[in-house]
Amino acid sequence: MTLPCCTLDGEYFQPFKLEGEDAARWISSAGPGLKRIEFLVPQANRPESMAHIETDLGALAGVKSARVNLTGRRVTVVYEDGTIEPQALIDRLGFLGYMARPFDPRETGLTKDDKENAKLLRALAVAGFAASNVMLLSVSVWSGAEGATRDLFHWLSAMIALPAVAYAGRPFFYSAVNALRLGRVNMDVPISLGVLLASFMSLFETINGAEHAYFDASVTLLFFLLAGRYLDHLMRARARSAISQLISLSSEGASVIEGDGTRRYVPARELKAGMLVAVAAGDRLPADGLIREGTSDMDRSLLTGETAPETVKPGSLVHAGEMNVTGPITVEITAAGNDTFLSELVRLMSSAEQGQSRYIRIADRLARFYSPAVHTLAATTLISWLILGNGWHNSIMAAIAVLIITCPCALGLAVPAVQVVASGRLFRSGVMIKDGAALEKLAGVDTVIFDKTGTLTKGEPALVSPLMVSTDTLALAAGLAQASKHPLSRALVREVTKRGLQPVTVSDIAEHPGLGLSGTHGGEKLRLGNRAWCGLEEIGEDHGLLEFAFRRGAKAPVLFHFEDQLRPDAAETVAALKGMGLAVHLLSGDREAAVTRVAGAVGIDTAVSRASPQTKLAYVDALTKAGRHVLMVGDGINDAPALAAGYTSMAPSSASDIGRTAAETVWMGESASAVANAIKVSRRTQRIAKENFALAVGYNVFAVPLAMAGFVSPLVAAVAMSTSSIIVIANALRVGLGRTAQAGSARLNADTAPGRKALKDAA
Amino acid sequence: MNVLIYLIPIALFMGAVGLGAFIWSLKSGQYDDLEGAAWRILQDDDTPKP
Repeated sequence: MTLPCCTLDGEYFQPFKLEGEDAARWISSAGPGLKRIEFLVPQANRPESMAHIETDLGALAGVKSARVNLTGRRVTVVYEDGTIEPQALIDRLGFLGYMARPFDPRETGLTKDDKENAKLLRALAVAGFAASNVMLLSVSVWSGAEGATRDLFHWLSAMIALPAVAYAGRPFFYSAVNALRLGRVNMDVPISLGVLLASFMSLFETINGAEHAYFDASVTLLFFLLAGRYLDHLMRARARSAISQLISLSSEGASVIEGDGTRRYVPARELKAGMLVAVAAGDRLPADGLIREGTSDMDRSLLTGETAPETVKPGSLVHAGEMNVTGPITVEITAAGNDTFLSELVRLMSSAEQGQSRYIRIADRLARFYSPAVHTLAATTLISWLILGNGWHNSIMAAIAVLIITCPCALGLAVPAVQVVASGRLFRSGVMIKDGAALEKLAGVDTVIFDKTGTLTKGEPALVSPLMVSTDTLALAAGLAQASKHPLSRALVREVTKRGLQPVTVSDIAEHPGLGLSGTHGGEKLRLGNRAWCGLEEIGEDHGLLEFAFRRGAKAPVLFHFEDQLRPDAAETVAALKGMGLAVHLLSGDREAAVTRVAGAVGIDTAVSRASPQTKLAYVDALTKAGRHVLMVGDGINDAPALAAGYTSMAPSSASDIGRTAAETVWMGESASAVANAIKVSRRTQRIAKENFALAVGYNVFAVPLAMAGFVSPLVAAVAMSTSSIIVIANALRVGLGRTAQAGSARLNADTAPGRKALKDAA
Repeated sequence: MNVLIYLIPIALFMGAVGLGAFIWSLKSGQYDDLEGAAWRILQDDDTPKP
């Protein structure tokens, strides 16, 4: 079944081909006679797709079970060995409208994330168990248990708390030791110190049958801190898995022509200079090379930002990442791997990244002051108590109480809690933020630079004139255009379908790369293509539009004009950004006329055209040197260095792989409003995070003097720590409030179930 | 106070059962797809499709 596949966005794609030898490495055993295979399915991002895929695949003969993981966008299929081929599953998913790629959990970093996640959750569970039980015993002590009973309770607490601390505290201990080894102090140092000292001091007190033990404080602390750590991790893992899937989907190969004329499939990374590669129409080039055979048109929009394809013929130089549009070509690879235009850009990118000063997250900036301050306070307490003549025992107790009370429990939760709520909100509206630092940086931007093609525009042309054209002509032209993958042909077919017309069947269609299409219908010769091809004179002026001429028999040719359409809400987004006090620039590699048109349409005053990747990089660098915090928004390969150089960066999910990798935030869907939305949410997040810090610090200002004076009993410590943590979490939840309208509209967009569309297309 | 001899082990045992149940659920993959699980409950897969 090799039906054309169509994603939700109407983008055609080739289903992934399993190569014979490869297949085995994706498949694992799932019991006697059963095999398991996992697929990455990035489009399975809606609840509808879950039922859709599961019922459909489940109904296939030989399939035992199919289960969708909506969070990870994966499908796990268990099938009876020998009854069905994995390729059939991929094709079936393709038919349903989902691009699928088999995936080996060991290969990607995904399972590492999952494991880390599970480890933190287990530690959290152990700490939770210990905290609740020890607290129960502590409450009894506080309610007045005395003598032997109190000792019994303390011993029981010790038996629960010490193993729990040893197990659940490891993430903090390791991190603290690592930091100390490097001669640094991070937040985990005071945490580890506080927890360990509290535990050992309590053990000492228990052995001596004393009145106070702080076991509950040490495990409760761990519980709250692990919760913060888990939230932070969850957020990063979620975005990372979504983005890494987008990228892994496109790791492709090429069909290499051997000396004896046979063809062999070779993964892109194994291509070498000198190899001959066959590139079919509609495929992307895997490496730089010279054309040996065939003429065609190259869509260079990802590399240069130009929407109009360029004609190439034997001898022309072509680059990796370009799309071959019209005819099949044979390319001799001149550079692969490290010598490509692409890797040149990667070098630019990495130097841009090195030039950027490393961003330090708020929590870490605070930790620099926090740890020394806390340790000084504890030391001061110890010394002053000794000077006042209270003896070693009491002095040490007071100092440890200071360490316990200042343990940054609320601080550890303050930022992760806010950021996880915010990123969850953004994630649901289709914005994926790679980590907390990106969210913090997004709040600090003051300049936004947009790329044009594919970022402000959809990157696909649409018919703008003539609007009053006879339906006959349009249907005939579309009949010709159907045979071609040229962006303008596809735009013409889309327009005809949109108007509810049926393209006329045209016979003898031939595609002439660089010129256009020809065919016959009812004895008349038809031609569609550039001006010369249809017998029109060339005109000199450039009005920023793309055009196609259509000629029917001997009649006068009709000119179709196309324009790269703006993304929905592009103008509103620019206005909104300006309203937030941000400077907005346009930076494009396209022709001046086209750039001016778009800049005018969306209301951007500062526009640069014909910008090469180097120019873009220099532009961003210059602004950065002038002290601006630049948000670069771009999609192309040519934007990648600029994306890496920006203070932070965003890319649409339709962007090139390298663009998506370089960007710190990726948004799904067509609307450009995601940019303004992300900045808005990040600013709100930042404000609430700062409030949380203020609350946490305020708590310390109140509690530390009490601890230094020796008034902190285990009861006071427990109450103070829990309340401050709960207040901080409650405040964090406010980020999620007041934006339900947004979520509602996201749901509305989801009603085009992929399957229904795919079936409609197939019919 | 002799009642403590029964009560404390019972309390600890119940806590341990809860912890065990959680770790089991974690191991069996119930936390792998939190988003999917939220939607699954709304699925009308028990009514025959028209």
